[in-house]
Amino acid sequence: MFTRGVEQQPRAVVAQFTRADRIFRRITTGAAMTSLVVMALIAAFLVRDALPALRIAGGRFLTVFEWGPDEDPARFGVGAALFGTVAAALIALFIAVPVSVGTALFINEYVPRRFKQVLVTVVDLLAAIPSLVFGLWGLFVLQPALDGPARWLSDWLGFLPIFKTEVPIYGSSLFVSGVVLATMIVPIITSISSAVMAEVPRVSCEGALALGGTRAGMIRTVILPFSRGGLVGASMLGLGRALGETIAIALILSNDFRIPDNILSPGGSSIAATIALKFGEAGITGRSALIAAGLVLFVVTLVVNSLARYVVSRSLRPRKTAR
Amino acid sequence: MNAAHATHATDHTTARRSTRGSIRRSFGEFGLPAAAALTATLLLFLVTPLDGAFGFVFIGALLFLFGVFVAVYRTQGRMHAFDRLASAAVSLAALAAITPLVLMIGTVVARGLAHVSFNLISETLEGVDPSAPATQGGALHAIVGTLTQVLYATAVCVPFGIATAIYLHEIRGRLSTVVRVLVDAMSGVPSIVAGLFIYAVWVLGPGGGFSGFAASLSLAILMLPTVARTTEEMLKLVDPSLREASLALGSSQWRTVLLVVLPTARTGIVTAVILGIARIAGETAPLLMTAFGNDRVVGPFGSLSEPQSALPLFIFQQFAQDQRDRAWAAALLLIALVLALFILARVIARPRKRRSS
Repeated sequence: MFTRGVEQQPRAVVAQFTRADRIFRRITTGAAMTSLVVMALIAAFLVRDALPALRIAGGRFLTVFEWGPDEDPARFGVGAALFGTVAAALIALFIAVPVSVGTALFINEYVPRRFKQVLVTVVDLLAAIPSLVFGLWGLFVLQPALDGPARWLSDWLGFLPIFKTEVPIYGSSLFVSGVVLATMIVPIITSISSAVMAEVPRVSCEGALALGGTRAGMIRTVILPFSRGGLVGASMLGLGRALGETIAIALILSNDFRIPDNILSPGGSSIAATIALKFGEAGITGRSALIAAGLVLFVVTLVVNSLARYVVSRSLRPRKTAR
Repeated sequence: MNAAHATHATDHTTARRSTRGSIRRSFGEFGLPAAAALTATLLLFLVTPLDGAFGFVFIGALLFLFGVFVAVYRTQGRMHAFDRLASAAVSLAALAAITPLVLMIGTVVARGLAHVSFNLISETLEGVDPSAPATQGGALHAIVGTLTQVLYATAVCVPFGIATAIYLHEIRGRLSTVVRVLVDAMSGVPSIVAGLFIYAVWVLGPGGGFSGFAASLSLAILMLPTVARTTEEMLKLVDPSLREASLALGSSQWRTVLLVVLPTARTGIVTAVILGIARIAGETAPLLMTAFGNDRVVGPFGSLSEPQSALPLFIFQQFAQDQRDRAWAAALLLIALVLALFILARVIARPRKRRSS
């Protein structure tokens, strides 16, 4: 591992730039602007190609619950898909956040040092598994296994509208999608949470233990309050991932364009899955409409992710007063 | 990220309890409740109409937590009971986080291994009847497609990724903050949006239709943030005194960066690139609207102008045609490829013993 002091106090290097240096700096700077250029181009081109469809649909694009852009008259909107996207992502967060925060605590505070790196690698590995494989596993293995829990939720928590099912048919539902999404976003929430928790001043932790507190008490009174902001940010990054996930959802959800009565029965749709599934068969207006849907998704994920990054970076900033 | 929590070692946890007594105690606190919970759950599932693997695990876990709490509460009181309850809960969370990985790899191996055969990697789907069994036809065209697209994507992405990292860490220009924010924002772009963007800007424009190269472009967008940020982390690991020594000897900044910093960070940069490749090799969504798919082998040159298949696309389309055997076998190939890349990245990145210098 590198020494820590080095990063904290970089010695200032004052250099006289030669002409070759200035050229080198200019070329590198130009190439480094790719991210800027690409993000701007994504926004510009999505808007340009979405406009024809948006002109037809107008403001109803966000409120209509149908998808018939190539029909006459064309009626289409992402209302239902937007609802499904957000609902599945929220279900995923509901499951993934406790698991991820627990795992991060386990990695930072419990696991013996020897196994720590192994566990971190395994979590990273989970992040590297293609989403297609998550989707197939979710469809063929997880979905049948989730029949029982879905039945149980419907039987015992049926008084809540979201669990109230008319016929006992489960699967292809927002619930199954949410669980699969949860397994997919656990790695990112875990690794960011773990990084945030590592920034908690060790002195405060040891103070809590020295005062006779248990490890659980130290976590409750020091680590969680200190890292709360970062944990919120980490969860939002997970949310951003979940909102944009495509293939796993496309495999699982039935993708009808209505808002389902409950989260257990087949039904629901998502923006990303709609784009993936409808692209092949779409006509000219259809493609434009799908690009408009992509624009909505782009804006939503951009907002969520930027907010998340802001929250995380604020909590990672060293707090001088606390030390 | 990894570097951050590796440096903060949890010193107090290792010092807290000592060896032999702790093993016996852990057994009393965790082993006994675990055994009791397992027995109780088994009994419950035999006697009552409860069933299903999920229910079994869930009820077993709850009983285990309850057992841990009760066992410690009797001997050590409330505070310690809550402490052990937290330990048990957190351990179960970690177990829950990594179980899907094991199950997923297990599933793919179990369903795919039987159908992996030589024709899978030596034949294509050209002229193969769509309903033919997995013993006929193969994924050669998809393998070639994936390799080609990944190669082009890497070629497009790596120069920009490394330049971004150099800009962020070596040049530290005025726009550093902006670039960092945008690279982060780029890492959050949904893959399907990257696909749509390339469709709009390349497939409908200069690309002149679906092509493997269009897929490479969309993959390069997804790969850039990984390469840029990982490379930046690797540049941070380069000892600043090397940089200073080079400058002190009178070399200019570009010489320092190209001849000292980058060679020193070489293995790290290779790791960054491999991690980037692992990130994109399994992407499916953007390929639907860029590479589109093809039943025959399209080489690196054809890839520039012709639709091309790729492993993820192949798997997705085979499932859509209900050709599950072939699809699972290809999924096994894909996951093996991604795992191999991942392990390769780790092996290269593993810190070697410093030679004294």
